[in-house]
Amino acid sequence: MKKVLLLAVFVLATATTYAGGYRVSLQGNKSLAMGHTGVAVVSTESMFFNPAGLVHLDNKLNISVGGFGVFSNVAYQNESTGDFARTDSGVGTPIYAYASYAVTDWLTAGVGVYTPYGSGVEYEDDWAGSHLVNNIDLAAIYIQPTVSVKLGEYFSVGGGPIFVTGSVNFNRNLNRTLTDIDGNRSEVTIDASGVTGTGWTAGLMFSPTDKLNIGFNYRAEIILEAEGGEADFENVPNTPLAPFSDTTFDAELPLPAELSVGLAYEFCDKWLFAFDFNRQFWDVYESLDIDFADPNIPDSFNQRNYKNSSTYRFGLQYEATSMFTLRAGYYFDESPVRDGFFAPETPRNDSNNFTAGLTFNVSDSFQIDASFLYSHFEEIDASYDAYFENGQAVPFGGTYKSNAFVPGIGVTYKM
Amino acid sequence: MKNSIKILAGLVAIGLVSCEPEFDNSVEDEGFYSSGTANLTNYVAVGNSLTAGFADAALYITGQQNSYPNIMAQQFEFVGGGEFTQPLTNDNLGGLLLGGNQITQNRFVLSIGANGNPGPVILDGMPTTEITTSATGPFNNMGVPGAKSFHLIAEGYGNVAGVPSGAANPYFARFATSDNATVIGDAVSLNATFFSLWIGNNDILSYATSGGSGVYQQGNMNPATYGPNDITDPGVFANVYNQEVAALADGASGGVLVNIPDVTSIPYFTTVPAQSIPLDAATAGAVNAQFALYNTQVLGGLAQAGFISPQEAAARQINFSAGANFPIIMDDDLTDLTQVLQGPPFNLPAQTAALLGQLRQANNTDLVVLPAASVLGTTPDPNNPLGVVGVSIPLADRFVLTQQEQFRVTAATNSYNQTIQAVALANDLAFVDARTALGQLTIGIPYDGGVLTSTFGTGGAFSLDGVHPTPRGYAYTANLIIDAINNKYDATIPMVNIGNYATVTAANNL
Repeated sequence: MKKVLLLAVFVLATATTYAGGYRVSLQGNKSLAMGHTGVAVVSTESMFFNPAGLVHLDNKLNISVGGFGVFSNVAYQNESTGDFARTDSGVGTPIYAYASYAVTDWLTAGVGVYTPYGSGVEYEDDWAGSHLVNNIDLAAIYIQPTVSVKLGEYFSVGGGPIFVTGSVNFNRNLNRTLTDIDGNRSEVTIDASGVTGTGWTAGLMFSPTDKLNIGFNYRAEIILEAEGGEADFENVPNTPLAPFSDTTFDAELPLPAELSVGLAYEFCDKWLFAFDFNRQFWDVYESLDIDFADPNIPDSFNQRNYKNSSTYRFGLQYEATSMFTLRAGYYFDESPVRDGFFAPETPRNDSNNFTAGLTFNVSDSFQIDASFLYSHFEEIDASYDAYFENGQAVPFGGTYKSNAFVPGIGVTYKM
Repeated sequence: MKNSIKILAGLVAIGLVSCEPEFDNSVEDEGFYSSGTANLTNYVAVGNSLTAGFADAALYITGQQNSYPNIMAQQFEFVGGGEFTQPLTNDNLGGLLLGGNQITQNRFVLSIGANGNPGPVILDGMPTTEITTSATGPFNNMGVPGAKSFHLIAEGYGNVAGVPSGAANPYFARFATSDNATVIGDAVSLNATFFSLWIGNNDILSYATSGGSGVYQQGNMNPATYGPNDITDPGVFANVYNQEVAALADGASGGVLVNIPDVTSIPYFTTVPAQSIPLDAATAGAVNAQFALYNTQVLGGLAQAGFISPQEAAARQINFSAGANFPIIMDDDLTDLTQVLQGPPFNLPAQTAALLGQLRQANNTDLVVLPAASVLGTTPDPNNPLGVVGVSIPLADRFVLTQQEQFRVTAATNSYNQTIQAVALANDLAFVDARTALGQLTIGIPYDGGVLTSTFGTGGAFSLDGVHPTPRGYAYTANLIIDAINNKYDATIPMVNIGNYATVTAANNL
């Protein structure tokens, strides 16, 4: 039964992008409801946000499991040609599972599983930007054994190694015009799964008073190195001028480092305010380079040129009754995409995000956590200028409009 | 409680699926683009091979899908345009069958030869488009490859029985609504709200591509007596053109007329240089020795005797030198000296006299047609290595469009174009000066991926037959016409990005 459950979790763990780049900030229903704050909040979701918080949990055993349904859509249009497209994105379902146990009153150990990176965007095949992407499905599952240690009255630390397993499936047309003799557009699908990597996370929590926590957390960069993935070329015309045949490929995809600092302040007995600042070190994502094994096939260089980006998060919690805890939040999410590098596979500009949620205490040991997120993106005129045809840059531009609605549900068991 | 949460979650999920992002001003909204005063709900395109989407010397599905009317119709959909039907052929080989026998060649594709060089070859395969198995017309695309101006109103032009004799057109026979149907009649039966007409190209083109093998039928008002390569009389053209426009414009909200491009600027005439025969000094000298007596004695004597003018005698001098030479050619505008040369004082044998009868060396004003590339410099008789086309065997008349022949083409074209512009003005229709716009391809039209030019093979505008456009060339044409419609009818139909349209098709036969 456990095996089946685990499998189901892995199958479901594809997520649609809705944060900057392909970061998916959905690592807990309690936290999301508060604007995805948590670096200074002590909660059953601290495993992700700041492991240093785990040791402060009241109960010995804490288990939080949950997931989200990501309804994310992108619309594209070009007013000069009339081209338009809508992504046909299925429902992304990022998940999380955290379990921790207080070994002593100063040491807590546990393990977390979560999906902080992923993307699922599907345009209609052969749409106007099909030379850049038809569809992409990217998933990464983080597994994090964790310890959390109290150091005296004011400080605690926590952290652990991270093991990642990821997969990528990406399809695009070879260029804007190449077809087979019957007019079917020539395309390539690259597919790699079971790509692994390792990293680490570490956090510090400082509690100067009963009411105030200050937290720091750092999650290290992990480079997923796909080696020997499958590259499948379809609809290639029979000519030496198009020397494309099925082969393997190597590629690297960075999962950038993230630094979080923040504070949480309890006031008026039942209220909690939290603020997080995240810095994502996206500048590692300079280019998506696909190295095909077949020497006749030119390697694919796709400049991304991302910049580091910040997110500002605000959250509020109110313990309304013994049965209900209510939460709300807001965050501003900066896009790591620079002007002129707006690629339709991650069509993200800055977003304003509104969250709300609640916890229902079914019993002393059992809670249901629910949350809801609405991401608002301004309409944006943008282009990707680093696509080249015979050495000449051919920008792909237009107007994009995105939105995302994310309901989430989870349970927490405490003992 | 648990149940109600489940139900709530379910309802929320259903609601979210339908929450699509909306643009402030969506191109899909009615009214974002306007057809102005034109009604584009039912568009019919009438014309010849260019309208049909013919390319690479054949009509095949992907070519038809990239015909300029089909590209336009897709853009018309933004302003209320309805379905645009085309008589799609059965395959992407392009050849036609009549009773199971192939009657037109398959398309060209760009193939890499054994030597590693690219060149046009005919795509192998048995075509499947049988013209006796009629497609059910009429279609919105009434482009009929090969049609001349007067064919559009000729009854029986679509009668399959007339195809073998050349009295009928195999393409129209496929989709004519009856044996007696006319192209214009079938087009009119669609009750179109908007039309385009691009006709007249073949009235000069077949003359030009055949190296002037036909006759300029100036003054002959009966096109039934014309040969296939003749130039149509401008009066005949004006007469039928007026009839056709009147028939199409009746009941339509508007239309667009397209004039005739300068055919002599297409790659079919500009790719093979006239000065194309490389000779070394020794060979040039040997050949010159053969012509020495002819140059000095024969031509001089003929001029003196008054058979030819001194100017013609000078023009008929044959002289090779080391380097690239002009080939010797047959020019049917020269005085035919075959009989004179057989008589005294020359007494040449009939064969030699025939060879010299209308012979001259080509010059820079001559246009050598594309198919001559596979003939020039060859030795047709393997037993006679000295019989070289262009050096000792004249290049046949059909391979060269001489200056005099070009003048006839230009004169007729100019006359047709005056008619087209005048008819557009008189009927208050949009007008496209394709002659000027396509002429710019010799310089180049910049687009987002480079420059579109008329250079054969690599320029991107013309397909491998050297006459008909590529999809990108047709897209450029579609934009020209859309622009004219926008201007005439205060419309705002969006144009296409020609960089998204393909050029020549590369494929090697298996």
